[in-house]
Amino acid sequence: MRHILALSTMLSAFWLVNSGHYKPLLLFFMVVSVLLVVGLCHALDVVDGESQPLNLTFTIPAYWLWLIWQVVISNIDVARRVWMGVDSISPQVIMVTADQKSDLGIVIYANSITLTPGTVSIDLEGNQISVHALTEQSAADLLTGEMNRRVCRVER
Amino acid sequence: MVAMILDIGSWILLLTGSFFCLTGGLGLLRFPDFFTRIHAASLTDTLGASLILIGLMLQVDSWLTFVKLMLILLFSLLAGTTASHAIARAALKSGLRPLTAAKLAQQRGESSSKPS
Repeated sequence: MRHILALSTMLSAFWLVNSGHYKPLLLFFMVVSVLLVVGLCHALDVVDGESQPLNLTFTIPAYWLWLIWQVVISNIDVARRVWMGVDSISPQVIMVTADQKSDLGIVIYANSITLTPGTVSIDLEGNQISVHALTEQSAADLLTGEMNRRVCRVER
Repeated sequence: MVAMILDIGSWILLLTGSFFCLTGGLGLLRFPDFFTRIHAASLTDTLGASLILIGLMLQVDSWLTFVKLMLILLFSLLAGTTASHAIARAALKSGLRPLTAAKLAQQRGESSSKPS
């Protein structure tokens, strides 16, 4: 029930900010379409803690701030190496273990790795993620496991 | 006064964003193989697009436009990472092996020993 309520709220908010018209007729259309979409999602059995991860609501903003900072740092590093040329890179593939308990946690971790320039997750088997790293430095940064620990903390 | 500060901030963000997009494009040409090129493309995807969109957010005159730009930013970040992972995985599954640092050094040695 919580998840259905959350999905309806999100969809309504999405409609409201995208339409910008608040006439009764259009609001009625909003209600109809939100009900239709929620009904379809419910019939498909996809309205659950995985599509509406409400338990992450209060833990994820702090992680996002940290992730944005990491993205900025690694962007500058990769940009520097683009200008320095091919001699400055040492591409390699490494394996990292995701210690998250849920599938969603592992996906957040793998996606964060990809979002950060310099590392791309190229395969995922169970909790083993293969990562293509652009440089030794980016591989070493990932192997310290700080991102892994932070995603674990988000999950809790 | 406030408008001028916003304008200057917006210009700085737009120009820095454009610089990262340009660098991403340059990296796409410079880097040696598919997997290293993904890293270059993600410069354009992440900081390039983000800075340009944030720069545009400082230029809006209604909050609706502001929220829409936020949504564009959010979805482009999500779609960008998912697409990057999907194509990298597809390349790996169809047998493309990433170029390793050792191999790269070897190629470099060859190209310097016999200039063409």
